[in-house]
Amino acid sequence: MDIKVNVRESEGDAYVVDLTGEIDVYTSPKVKDAITELIDQEHYNLVINLEKVRYIDSTGLGVLIGGLKRVREHGGSVNLVCTNPQIKKIFDITGLVKIFGIFDDEQSAMKALV
Amino acid sequence: MNPAARLLEVSSHGTVELKIPGRAEWVAVARLAVAAVASRLRFSVDEIEDIKLAIAEACTNSIQSAGGQDAGVIEIVCDALEDELRVTVRDRSPGHHLESVKAGGIGEGRTEELGVFLIRALMDSVDYSTDPRRGTELVMTKRVTA
Repeated sequence: MDIKVNVRESEGDAYVVDLTGEIDVYTSPKVKDAITELIDQEHYNLVINLEKVRYIDSTGLGVLIGGLKRVREHGGSVNLVCTNPQIKKIFDITGLVKIFGIFDDEQSAMKALV
Repeated sequence: MNPAARLLEVSSHGTVELKIPGRAEWVAVARLAVAAVASRLRFSVDEIEDIKLAIAEACTNSIQSAGGQDAGVIEIVCDALEDELRVTVRDRSPGHHLESVKAGGIGEGRTEELGVFLIRALMDSVDYSTDPRRGTELVMTKRVTA
């Protein structure tokens, strides 16, 4: 079990973080490092693509929440791409659908960035 | 002790006991093992995913209670009954992160509370007990609805 993290520049100042695999207490530090590095480089508009994520737990959610809080301090935003019903359900029952923009495809997530 | 996860027993009553090292890299083993037990009952795929996440959150809680370091041994006991799965997770922690199980709330931004919130949301019943000498025991039950 592992997580693959791929970071790429997109339109404008926006960056996309593609995640593949499972995000849990073991793998979430790798995701946190990638997001932290982007923010430290003053990139505050992020799309995090969860399309290829099969599983996420509270530590993974915590990493996303932490990233969102940090970019918002700089007027930025984090939008998510997520189509997996089980993962969408986790965002739904935790109420995180209200704080993240969650989209079915990357293009929509990118358009909706501040 | 042997650091490898050890499947101790598969009894005729449908009880499976597992001990894993209380470290992050072993949580996936626990959730996959419990999912395998759950698949013996008439749970849907979605319900098995719920159980997997709840058990992983319980193990993660044990590790976080140890300050993210080695939490010793985490014991997981699955009782596969006719119409429900009861999973007990035991560790040596003081269980302070489990207070919100009884309080029934979720704190802002604290992922350990988010984990407990998820356990409550995904399982039908959740209870815990702590003992300074024996540690913490979290008991979660999911009933078969199909």
